[in-house]
Amino acid sequence: MFRMFLRRLGLGLATIAIVSVIIFVGIEVLPGDACTAFLEREAKGKLLENCRAGLGLDRPAAERYVSWAIAALQGDFGVSANGQERIADLVGARLGNSLLLAFCALALGVPLAVLLGVIAGLWRDRPLDLVVSTGAILAMTIPEFVSATLLILVFSVWLGWLPGIVLTPADAPLWDFFPEILLPVIVLAMVMTAHILRMVRTSMIEVLSSDYVQMATLKGVPYWTMVFRHALPNALLPAINVVALTIAWLLGGVVVVEVVFNYPGLGRMMVDSISDRDLPVVQAIAIILAAVYVGVNLSADLLSMVANPRLRTAHARR
Amino acid sequence: MVDLALTTKGSARPGRAWALLVDIASRPSGAIGLTLVSLQLLLALFSPYLAPYDYKATDSTAMLVDPSAAHWLGTDHLGRDILSRTLQGGREALLVTGIATPVAVLWGGLLGIFFGLAGGRVDEVLMRVVDAFLCLPWILKMLVLIVTFGTGVEVLIPTLAFFYGIPVIRIARAATHDVVALDFVSAARARGHSRLSIMRRELLPNVLDVLMVEGAMRWSWMLLAFSSLSFLGFGVSPPTPDWGLMIADARSYMSFSPWGVLAPVLALSSLIIGINLTADALAKALGIDRAQKAPV
Repeated sequence: MFRMFLRRLGLGLATIAIVSVIIFVGIEVLPGDACTAFLEREAKGKLLENCRAGLGLDRPAAERYVSWAIAALQGDFGVSANGQERIADLVGARLGNSLLLAFCALALGVPLAVLLGVIAGLWRDRPLDLVVSTGAILAMTIPEFVSATLLILVFSVWLGWLPGIVLTPADAPLWDFFPEILLPVIVLAMVMTAHILRMVRTSMIEVLSSDYVQMATLKGVPYWTMVFRHALPNALLPAINVVALTIAWLLGGVVVVEVVFNYPGLGRMMVDSISDRDLPVVQAIAIILAAVYVGVNLSADLLSMVANPRLRTAHARR
Repeated sequence: MVDLALTTKGSARPGRAWALLVDIASRPSGAIGLTLVSLQLLLALFSPYLAPYDYKATDSTAMLVDPSAAHWLGTDHLGRDILSRTLQGGREALLVTGIATPVAVLWGGLLGIFFGLAGGRVDEVLMRVVDAFLCLPWILKMLVLIVTFGTGVEVLIPTLAFFYGIPVIRIARAATHDVVALDFVSAARARGHSRLSIMRRELLPNVLDVLMVEGAMRWSWMLLAFSSLSFLGFGVSPPTPDWGLMIADARSYMSFSPWGVLAPVLALSSLIIGINLTADALAKALGIDRAQKAPV
C-alpha cells in the first residue's frame, strides 16, 4: 500500500511539473508579456527593452523557467507586473478567503448530500426520491451565476434577509465575512450537494441489492441497523473521490460565484489578473490551483485505500 | 453494453438510431428533455421571424417599463424589448456549442481510441498531459486564450472545441481499454487488419455509446461555460442578444424590474435542463451510469 501511495505521489508531482511547463509555454507562445501589459501603449523601443532587462525577460526561456521554478518551490512567485507587489503576499490572503468559502460550502454540502443521497437510495423511485433527484439535476445543471442571481433576487432584494454582495476587504479577518458569505456558500453547496448525493444514491442502491445486505436482512437484522451498520459505510466509499473532485472544482470553478458576489477570493483575482494580463500572477494562481487539485485527489486516494482494503492491491489501479 | 454492440455490429445504423430515439422519448425525463431541446432549436431557427421588435432597437421613452400589451415582458435599461431579446438570446450560444461539441467529441474520441489501442510510452506521456490540462480550472484556460485573441465566435468555437475535447480523450481511452482485450479485437488483429480498420470497425461501434452520452453532457457543460463567459463579459459582444449577457446587464436593475433577469434565466435554464434530462435518458437507454461523472 505504501508503495502504491508513493507511485500516486510521484504521478501527482509529475502532473504538477507538466502543468507548470504548459503554463509557461502557453504564456511564452501567446503574444504580449508582462512588459507590454505594464507599459501599454508606450511599449516600444528603448523603454520596452529596459523594462524587459529589468524583469530579466531578455534571458532565454528555458533559463527563466528554471529560475522561476526554483523560486516557486520555495514559495516565492516573484512580483506582480502591475503593482510590483510580492505575489506570495497578494495570493496568500485571497487563498485564505477562498478556503474559507470552500470549507463553509463543504461543511454545509457534504452532510446534506449524504443525508439526501441515503434517503433517495432507500426510497428509490418513490415520490421522495423523485423530488430529491429532480432537485439534484436542477441544482447541478443551472449555471452558478443564474442560481446566484435568483438567490440574490429572492433573499436579498425581495425578502431583505441576507446581504447580496460582499463588501468586506480582502485582508479583513475571516469572521468579518459573516453573514455576507452565506449566499455564496449556499450557491456553491447546492451544486456540490447535487453531485455528491447522486453518487451516494447510486452506490446506496448498489449496496442494498448486494448479497451481504440480503443476507443480513434474511438473518433478521433490524432494518435501520442493516442500513447504518451494513450498507452505509460501504455506500459512502465511492463518494470520497467525488467529494475530492468537487473540492478541486470548488477552488477553481468558484470564479463566477466570486465575481457575482464580489467576494475577494482567488477566483476573482484570477479573472482580474487575466484581464490585466498580469502574467506572473496568473502563473502563480494556476500552479497553486493545480497543486490543490492534485493534493486533494491524492488525499482522497489515500483515504479510499485506508477505508477499502480492496483498493490496496496493484490491480485496483485506475 | 458490449454484448449489445456485438450483436448489432455497426451501431450507427439508422434503424438503431431511431430505436434509441424512441427509447429516450418513452422515458419521462427523455420526453420532457427532448421537448425542451427541440423547442429551443426551433426558436433559435425561427425567432427572428417571431420576435415582435428588432432586438437592438432602443426606445428612450420606454426604458425599464413593466410588462404591458406593447411589451409583453417589459423593456430593459435601453428600452429594448425583453421578449424579442430573450427569444433570440440563445442563437449565438446554440451556434457556438452546436459546432464545438461534435468537433470536441470527434477529435477527443478518435485520439482516445487510437491511444487506447496503441498503448505504450506515448500513451503514458499523453495521459499525463491530459491530466495536467484537467488540473486547471476551465475558466482559466479559456480566459487566457480569449483575452489574447478576442471574444468573437471564431475564437470561442475552436477554444471550446479544444478544451472540451481533452477530457473526452480520457473517457474514450478508458472505454477502449474495456474492449481492446476482448476476443474479437484479437481476432481482427490475427486476421491482419490494419490499426485504422480495427479502430473503425471493431472499436468505434463499441465506444460510440459512451461517446454519445459524453457528447450530450459536454454540450450542457459547454453551454454553461459559454453563458458564464458572456455573463462575465468575455463572450458575445453587445448588442447581440445573449442570455448570459442579458442577465449581467439586467442585474443592476432587478430590484424594480425583475423581468429583465427572470426571462433569460428561464430560457437558459430550460435549455440546459432539457439537455441534461435528455442526456440522462440517453445514458439510461444505453445502460451507462452517469452519476459517477464529476464536474470537470
